[in-house]
Amino acid sequence: MSESTVEALSCQELVELVTAYLEGALSAEEHARFEQHLSGCGPCQVYVEQMRTTIRLAGRLTADAIPPEAEQELIETFRSWKRR
Amino acid sequence: MELRELDALRSGDEEAFMALVRRHQAAMIRVAQIYVSRRDVAEEVVQEAWLGAFRGLDRFEGRSSFKTWLFRIVTNLAKTRAVREGRTIPFSALRTPESVPEPAVEPERFRSWDDPRWPGHWASKPTEWPEHRLLESESLARIDEAIAALPDSQRAVITLRDVEGWSAEEVCNALELSETNQRVLLHRARSKVRGALERYFDE
Repeated sequence: MSESTVEALSCQELVELVTAYLEGALSAEEHARFEQHLSGCGPCQVYVEQMRTTIRLAGRLTADAIPPEAEQELIETFRSWKRR
Repeated sequence: MELRELDALRSGDEEAFMALVRRHQAAMIRVAQIYVSRRDVAEEVVQEAWLGAFRGLDRFEGRSSFKTWLFRIVTNLAKTRAVREGRTIPFSALRTPESVPEPAVEPERFRSWDDPRWPGHWASKPTEWPEHRLLESESLARIDEAIAALPDSQRAVITLRDVEGWSAEEVCNALELSETNQRVLLHRARSKVRGALERYFDE
């Protein structure tokens, strides 16, 4: 944990800034405060890593395959449009 | 979308069309579901949207990306349909995230603000997740469930950003969200999904 000074970020504040941090949406000053806290706080490092893991795993979810009937219906729609 | 693909589509190339369907159909249904909620209705809306897209193809000038244009058709049709069905999903709720604060982590897990030494620091720290369990199908199933349980707008944003891999800008365009609100919704969604995984690994 970092020294608790007036300007320092607390863990509770940090967890609310993780998405903005990962999106590069923090101001230069906020970004510096974020990283300053993070560099000295093991549990927050674990937390940020878990957020990254969550994002990575969500990207592995596969979209539901299109049922054959729906696919057929779409092709029919496309064909009838072609004949317009 | 490439100009070449667009030309193929205009000339009625079925392969080009089906490639497009496979790429976008799942996301189109998810976006429609924000407004109409029921899966079968969302599927109808998407069918209608494809038809609308064919009809508009010749007028599509490429000023926005094809994807943006296609999803605008979906959202417009889905909204019309929602209104017709008397579903009063407040679209404003999508633009203005709930004003009730939703903390990313339960406040009880932090020391109180008048703690003499570490105010607002972890009382109950997160612990590292077991690497070997991360990719098990059960972990992925928990993520799927957690996303399904989110409020409509949060579910839409996390699905498009993290599952479908869209950029923030694309999501803002498709859902007509400001950058800030997109980020707030994404943050709430990701935080809840992380929480669900944590509970699962702590079981």
